[in-house]
Amino acid sequence: MGSVYRARDMHFPNVTKLVAVKEMINTAPDPLVRDTIIQNFEREANLLATLHHPSIPRIYDYFSVESRSYLVLEFIHGKDMETIINDVNSFLPEHQILAWAIELCDVLDYLHKHKPDPIIFRDMKPSNVMINHSGDVMLVDFGIAKTFQTGIKGTMIGTEGYSPPEQYRGEATPLADIYALGATIHHALTRRDPRLEPPFSFSERPIRRINANVSPEMEAVVNMALEYNPESRFHTAADMKQALMVVARKTGALVLAGPTTGPIQTSGIKALWSFKCEDEIRGTPAAAQGLVYVGSYDNNLYALNAADGKFQWKYPTDAGVVTRPVVLDGNIYFGSEDKRLHVVSARTGKVVWTYYTNGPIRSSPRIAEGHIFFGSDDNQIHAVNLNTGRMAWRFEAADAVRSTPFVVRELVYAGCESGDYYAIDFRGDLKWRFHAKRAITSSTVGTEQALFFASMDSTLYALDPRNGWVLWRFRLGKPSISTPCLVDDLIFVGASDGFIYAMETRSSKEVWRFKTEHQVNGSPVVYKDSLYCGSVDGHLYCLEYRTGRLRWKFATGGAITGTPLVSDDIVYVGSTDHHIYALLA
Amino acid sequence: MDKIFRWLSGNKQEKQPTPVQDLTNTAPLSEQQIQAIVSHQNPRFDLQQLISSCGQSVGKQRELNEDSLLAITAMMAGNAGNLPFGLYIVADGMGGHQFGEVASNAAIRTVAGYILRKFHPYLFHIKADTMDESFQEIMQAAVSEAQRAIQREAPGSGTTLTAALVLGQQITVAHIGDSRAYFIYPDGRVEPITRDHSLVKRLEELGHITPDEAANYPHRNVLYRALGQGEILDPDIFTVGFPQPGSLMICSDGLWGVLTEQDLTRAINDAPTLQRACQNLVNAANAAGGPDNISVILAQLIG
Repeated sequence: MGSVYRARDMHFPNVTKLVAVKEMINTAPDPLVRDTIIQNFEREANLLATLHHPSIPRIYDYFSVESRSYLVLEFIHGKDMETIINDVNSFLPEHQILAWAIELCDVLDYLHKHKPDPIIFRDMKPSNVMINHSGDVMLVDFGIAKTFQTGIKGTMIGTEGYSPPEQYRGEATPLADIYALGATIHHALTRRDPRLEPPFSFSERPIRRINANVSPEMEAVVNMALEYNPESRFHTAADMKQALMVVARKTGALVLAGPTTGPIQTSGIKALWSFKCEDEIRGTPAAAQGLVYVGSYDNNLYALNAADGKFQWKYPTDAGVVTRPVVLDGNIYFGSEDKRLHVVSARTGKVVWTYYTNGPIRSSPRIAEGHIFFGSDDNQIHAVNLNTGRMAWRFEAADAVRSTPFVVRELVYAGCESGDYYAIDFRGDLKWRFHAKRAITSSTVGTEQALFFASMDSTLYALDPRNGWVLWRFRLGKPSISTPCLVDDLIFVGASDGFIYAMETRSSKEVWRFKTEHQVNGSPVVYKDSLYCGSVDGHLYCLEYRTGRLRWKFATGGAITGTPLVSDDIVYVGSTDHHIYALLA
Repeated sequence: MDKIFRWLSGNKQEKQPTPVQDLTNTAPLSEQQIQAIVSHQNPRFDLQQLISSCGQSVGKQRELNEDSLLAITAMMAGNAGNLPFGLYIVADGMGGHQFGEVASNAAIRTVAGYILRKFHPYLFHIKADTMDESFQEIMQAAVSEAQRAIQREAPGSGTTLTAALVLGQQITVAHIGDSRAYFIYPDGRVEPITRDHSLVKRLEELGHITPDEAANYPHRNVLYRALGQGEILDPDIFTVGFPQPGSLMICSDGLWGVLTEQDLTRAINDAPTLQRACQNLVNAANAAGGPDNISVILAQLIG
């Protein structure tokens, strides 16, 4: 709709005098709309002509040519505050924001004391604040400084995010500008854009929870400016400036990092027991009937007492075991890199039967409808009869199948290393196919409504189970082999960028993300109100699953690549330090 | 043969034969037996059909209709399966002198045009690959295009937009403002699936006013988010399953603002057809005073 040009004033040909020319293109086809727009423009010009303040740009001229209107203004060398906030990757120092806030109070005070009528700026926000080369603020864009227009229908619109509640009712007072200034400072201190949040939700984002470096005094001033009731805010911009000056004196405006607080427990978490295998544990345990089962790269499947970790028996295969065992009717089903699916007695560890494939098995078995479904590096998805141990069918995939098949409504779903994703019916026939750009090692979780899985193409997908259409995609920072976890209306997944992500399942909106120190390859699990997830940084993290806040973390001696298991208030997790640990949930 | 097999498999336990009624001795057949035979012989009728209807009225107190609505229903069925496709949009333009009717009209046409162009190569070509964009991404892009169209056609104006794209059994909704989408179930449950971007709703969510106060709040029409307004466009976009059995209803505040949930279910469940249901709804809103423009779309997935 409009642009701002940098122009040279040719009235002074011997010197370079730069001016800003603000252009408004009037594209409205309707003459009535056009006139309204021109009137708004001229109002801004006339308003500016009456103002003299170091933080308000001077106006030199205005004119209209056909459908375009122009304001000629003082040129400001600098950047707007929104750009400054977005350009840096960390928080801006408090003393810098404090200095700007004090200057903004000054200019608001000037406007509010304007005679004969106070001028309400009405549109205080970071993008309307320029910071010039000397670091001083300039308030720009008085075009929106207008009264709210109430339509016949009574529908009004204010600038989202920064405006106070009463402004939506059409009330514009100096106290509205104070709220908006509070919102602007809140945005600058927290880097959270209020336009992306519900209105009036600043109290749900306490400043010091997001940026612990901010002083409590500063937070208190901003909170007061953001009070819901206008009477509870500072009564004038001058009052707010006074309060900010007190903060500046108290913190010296130079005090660096504030105290970092928070009830985060990072040490003192003790394992109930641990058990050492002879090689790495990269997979996920299973539990049943007071026993915990876990595979190891020492080729064994171990059965341990869940309560004290006492060794019960081990069953040797001929290669590493990374799959998650499934316990059903007294038997344990699991695949091994020795190419076999093993079925052993849960009680004794004696073999019941085995089933051969032509490649190492890294896909965990899924049991449904009397069959065991699993993939193998022989590129096949195998369906094996649960009772006879015989093959029902095989489905040829384009590459190794390392994800665990998912079964719902008589269809079997699995992704493979080529990025192909298949929906197969119970006869082994392809129902539909989907293709991701890179490997799908992550297993599927889902409902009758949607299938969810991550891919090495750095995307979390939501697919329609009936036809494979993509409902939504969520961009992860890096590739992922982590299997998502589905709880209530939230979906959680890890990625190799070290983050654990939480999204809404219906809208794919991010709810929170939590950074670990290394790749997150295992899957998060939720138990009661906690989320447990391991990281290659060696820690097991316990987070509050609705907010992503850290409750505690537990250090192991090696990378955690599997998924924790929570059963009867105990978390079990394997580590590449050869141990399986049991912790109180 | 059976015995041999049992012997071979070493199953010593002779199974007690389950008591089966001797069919030759009973005449006529019991009701149960008839049902069993009939259900076995009936060819399964599994064509799911998407049907829809709509209604609109300027209301009793307005001279100008600033609402716009759009409804497209398509069915494709055959051996490759059947795919219902529907697109339903209600847009309520705002603020009389600010050309709300231009905004709402631009919104429905731009959104529908964008979505149809996107889906055309996939739905109406013989050899079609799967789409590489998600439904939600397409919706987001369609809404952004509508935002630009409104800022071009009628700068300063704004409109609500509630759009539902139905593909198979999934409904992907894009929503901004205070028009609403509901699921209405035959048992009388009414479930709003969108959240108003209105000041009054926000105050209610924050607990500053009660639902009763909200109903009589003087600034009920004040929106904090609308299409065509503001620099950052942040529509709610989500995907949900089609209610079966049940109806999808999209309407403007001229309808939901004056009718109770009971009015809604009665108007829909008492009507013999969807067309009549829409007429009932519009008539009921007008009978309640018709203070604003009324738009309503109903859709059902049956079979």
